[in-house]
Amino acid sequence: MTPQLAPDLRSRAEGLGAALPALLAQAEHLSATVILGEHGRRRAGMGDEFWQYRPASAGDSAGSVDWRRSARSDQHFVREREWQAAQTVALWVDPSRAMQFSGDPSRAPKTDRAHLLALALSVLLLRGGERVGLAGGDTRPRAGRAQILHLMQGLTTAAQNPTDYGSPDVAGLTSHGRAVFFSDFLGNPEDVETALGMASDRGVRGALVQILDPAEEEFPFDGRTIFESMGGSLRHETLRAGDLRTRYLDRLAERKAHIQSLARASGWHYLCHHTGQSAQSALLWLYAALERGR
Amino acid sequence: MFMLGPIGFTTPLLLLGLLALPILWLLLRAVPPAPIRRRFPGVALLLGLKDAEAETDKTPWWLLLLRMIAIAAAIIGFAGPVLNPDQRETASTGPLLILMDASWADARDWPRRLDRTTALLDEAARTGRPVALIRLTDAPTAPVFQAAGALSQTVAGVTPNPWTPDFAAWATALPPGDFASFWLSDGLDHPGRATLRDALQSRGQLTVFESPRPIIALRPAQFADGVIQLSATRLPATDNQTIEISARGLDPAGIERELARIPLTFAADDQNATTDLSLPPELRNRVSRFELAGIRSAAAVTLTDDSLKRRKVALISNTGEDEALQLLSPTHYLRQALDPVAELIDGSVSDIILANPDVIVLADVATLSPLESDQMLDWLDTGGLLLRFAGPRLAASDISRDAEDALLPVRLRAGGRNVGGAMSWGEPKFLAGFAEGSPFFGLQIPPDVTVSAQVLAQPDPDLAARTIAALADGTPLVTRKPVGQGQVVLFHVTANAEWSTLPLSGLFVQMLERLAVSTRPAAPDAADLAGQTWVPQVALDAFGRLNDAGEVAGVDGQTLATALSTTGPSAALPPGLYAGDDRRVALNVTRADTTLTPAAWPATITREGLDVQTEQALKGTALATALSLLLIDILAALALSGRLLGTMRNAAMIATALLLLNPHPSHAQIPDDLRAIEATSALRLGYVVTGDARVDDISRAGLAGLGQRLFERTTIEPESPLAVNLESDELLFFPFLYWPVTVDQPMPSAAAYAALNRYLRTGGMILFDTRDGDIAGAAQTPAARKLQLLAAPLDIPPLEILPEDHVLTRSFYLLQDFPGRHNHRDLWVEASPPDAELAEGMPFRNLNDGVTPVVIGGNDWAAAWALDARGAPMFPVGRGFAGDRQREIATRFGINLIMHVLTGNYKSDQVHVPALLERLGQ
Repeated sequence: MTPQLAPDLRSRAEGLGAALPALLAQAEHLSATVILGEHGRRRAGMGDEFWQYRPASAGDSAGSVDWRRSARSDQHFVREREWQAAQTVALWVDPSRAMQFSGDPSRAPKTDRAHLLALALSVLLLRGGERVGLAGGDTRPRAGRAQILHLMQGLTTAAQNPTDYGSPDVAGLTSHGRAVFFSDFLGNPEDVETALGMASDRGVRGALVQILDPAEEEFPFDGRTIFESMGGSLRHETLRAGDLRTRYLDRLAERKAHIQSLARASGWHYLCHHTGQSAQSALLWLYAALERGR
Repeated sequence: MFMLGPIGFTTPLLLLGLLALPILWLLLRAVPPAPIRRRFPGVALLLGLKDAEAETDKTPWWLLLLRMIAIAAAIIGFAGPVLNPDQRETASTGPLLILMDASWADARDWPRRLDRTTALLDEAARTGRPVALIRLTDAPTAPVFQAAGALSQTVAGVTPNPWTPDFAAWATALPPGDFASFWLSDGLDHPGRATLRDALQSRGQLTVFESPRPIIALRPAQFADGVIQLSATRLPATDNQTIEISARGLDPAGIERELARIPLTFAADDQNATTDLSLPPELRNRVSRFELAGIRSAAAVTLTDDSLKRRKVALISNTGEDEALQLLSPTHYLRQALDPVAELIDGSVSDIILANPDVIVLADVATLSPLESDQMLDWLDTGGLLLRFAGPRLAASDISRDAEDALLPVRLRAGGRNVGGAMSWGEPKFLAGFAEGSPFFGLQIPPDVTVSAQVLAQPDPDLAARTIAALADGTPLVTRKPVGQGQVVLFHVTANAEWSTLPLSGLFVQMLERLAVSTRPAAPDAADLAGQTWVPQVALDAFGRLNDAGEVAGVDGQTLATALSTTGPSAALPPGLYAGDDRRVALNVTRADTTLTPAAWPATITREGLDVQTEQALKGTALATALSLLLIDILAALALSGRLLGTMRNAAMIATALLLLNPHPSHAQIPDDLRAIEATSALRLGYVVTGDARVDDISRAGLAGLGQRLFERTTIEPESPLAVNLESDELLFFPFLYWPVTVDQPMPSAAAYAALNRYLRTGGMILFDTRDGDIAGAAQTPAARKLQLLAAPLDIPPLEILPEDHVLTRSFYLLQDFPGRHNHRDLWVEASPPDAELAEGMPFRNLNDGVTPVVIGGNDWAAAWALDARGAPMFPVGRGFAGDRQREIATRFGINLIMHVLTGNYKSDQVHVPALLERLGQ
């Protein structure tokens, strides 16, 4: 069951991203991952942009003196440039079968929404000069608009051999980078906990986006029903589905709270997003979340 | 039959199946509803949850009860329940004869009679009695007893006949042997009823069924004293009762409709009621029948024949200047003869022919003007009858002397002749008998009719053929000639008693009747009808419906006369309309003297009403109950298994979609009021729709952009612009119209130009934009030429190129250029008055009057003003900064223009001079 990415996915994602100004993710750490990019660090350093003139002091090489500026006064001035750095963001989109669920024929499955959000975010990030890659896949983080195509390719490949429920893959995470996990988080929560722990160990911060179908929030079922997971591996039979509703909702709230507490404990952000809602709001939240992360 | 209260069962053994219900109860309880399989990722959260109640795998008790009732209803239904089964089981088992009067009086409640008959047949079928069914209005034939089942299939096709039954003949045609009789009587005492009753009673038990419903019969309409007299009779005479009579006939378009309606009120305990209906002759001549509204019976319909019709006769004579005695008037006797039977009209020939009379009588009128003659000939061609009388003037004139006049049947000799007078040698002449072939043939000639003077006809070859009445010596007295479809008839004597005693005699009236100048008295007598064959044209059935009589042999006049006067219609002579040679006679069910008398029955005979306590088979009801319960069971099962909700949701969605599909009123259908409110609730700029969608879009966007700038910079706060269709929309709501000129836009209609001119005269402004940047009006571009075409019918004052001191240059911004996307200086506005002079020291002339009604240019302003949805300019203007500047100036021009439209020449007032001078830096 190979999910076909909708052919217009890229254009829709670009359209969604077009309405926002370029997202400039803040790099929290300057150490190992620093790569010259377009992010001004508000301090003198290596970069292209002019930062300030400062009086030359002992130790400055003659080559660093800006003679044009110095000629206008009696002092020598050194031209300093702003220190710029780019951030690395890794995205993970749950490729499991559970994400292919849609409670209503008129609603797109959760996968669709996850892909859309991931690509829209990628568009924003790439436009801001960030490097974006896929966690757990072959798509290494790179900058540039062409990376969008690689990301799409990577998302398609990841969806080749779906399992019933997915667990976050931290294989491709760059240390001290950023990560965004898109999933319904209905699988084993311990996997999430493990993944978050490993990511935190590497200094990665980011956001968990839990994408749920409205049917999963409402549980609009009644009567004698056999529930099966999307792959058929799990199965539960009930004679009166309506009676289960409150208990199911309790468990769902519990699961959400659990994921949220995991996120908070490791300094991540958490968003529960429904496919019935507008994707724009989720993208805005992601924008703000990556800004907040500093 | 097994009885359970009022319900009997035809196959009661099946009821034993009810014993099986408890077993079914157990079986049904064991089978829970089938589960649904759902794919649901949230199942991971469901694992381990237990169902709260273990008993839910059993079918709930109420569903079981529903199913049990459904099955019980099915079992009961198949057991054949019957409500009120007929248990009377009449004693006699011999043959049964059912007699139906089946006359017109039965038609009012015929279905109920059929029901009663069916009930009788069903009963006979159950008891196995042989039955015969006869209609007493049929010709008597001995009936054959047969199985009731065979008869009951045909009984629905039995219909009543619109005449009275022949009881006496049936009394002798009864089948042999003893039999019981059921007689469905119509309640009227037709002749011979007692004879038949006695004959039936002698054969066996007789039961009579009668309906208590009243019978109402409408008598034929009579015409007397200028009104139509309508009367009806009823049985029994009870309370006050008002019924309505409707007169029906063809309207001028040939469609039958109700021409008049009049109420008819029976007084309490009065059997008869009469009313008068006064109708104008035009309408009265159209009436073809009267009927009692809401009553289905042949007696409720009375056909009118020619007796209601009155011909229109125009009398023309030359009496205007004569002071003669009235008895000497040429038309006095004609008036006396015709007044009761025809509509008389007077007037000049031209006026009369417009009224299209049937007959025009010229009494001693010799010559007509050529125009009148032409009109008369045209009228004759369409079937008119021109009746002329001789007299001194005709005799003295030269008309028709040498050549036959078109309006006279024969040539006339000069002078005429006098016989039997004091100065003449002979005796007054008598009339000869009317020859066969003459329309007067058969009329008796009174001996006292003499002719003392007449005009003489020239002996022409066809004189004999044209003579229809002659004197005893062979002199033609009345001659006739066909003209077109009509005819001209000349009486060679006067219409008064001057030349003959003919007008004094009854023969004169009869002759006029024969000539169809007048119509006959209402009731035709036997003599009128005799000797002709009358062919039925329209037949009336017992329910009062008119049918085409079809190909039926005609009847002898004598027979018809008898039926009309005494016997009424019969099987051989059904009621309807009979056509003879020259008239039609209506044979109605009732006659003028018809009265209704109730049938009398001796007390020994059982009389029943029509009410039957009908047995009612409940099988269908029971089975339907079972089926509907099973349908409810389907819904309940769906609800139990949780599938009902989705189904209902789908249904709701479909209903919503259907609601949404309802066509919204399109813009064109918005009532004018709404559009007027829309256009006037705020200031709105208008643009003329060109039919080119692209241009119209630019116009709308341009005015919207200009409105945006106005909103930002001035106190003018226009709403979004409106499209204006010159043909259909009211222009007066808009202070300003933008009219882009396209080469292929349609020319407005004359009405649209009238509206445009009214608009321009009352202070509106139109900005014409050829959009080509060329000098508008120079006619060097297609758009400019089109503009000339468009503007030619407009009421536009003389124009001039916008002068430097025009108020448009300073109404808001100080401008000297008026660019759009193009930047051409020339802009045409209303010319300033020639006597305006520039005063010393003033920057502009003293021009205080008027707003220019048109501004003509070609700079494509709308494109420069146009903003897209995001507020960005739609089109590039110029290049770089200069382009932005040009767009800004274009916007300023727009603002100046709208300011000028709304404030007029306010800025032209010299009060503003100091401020303007200061701004101009002087």
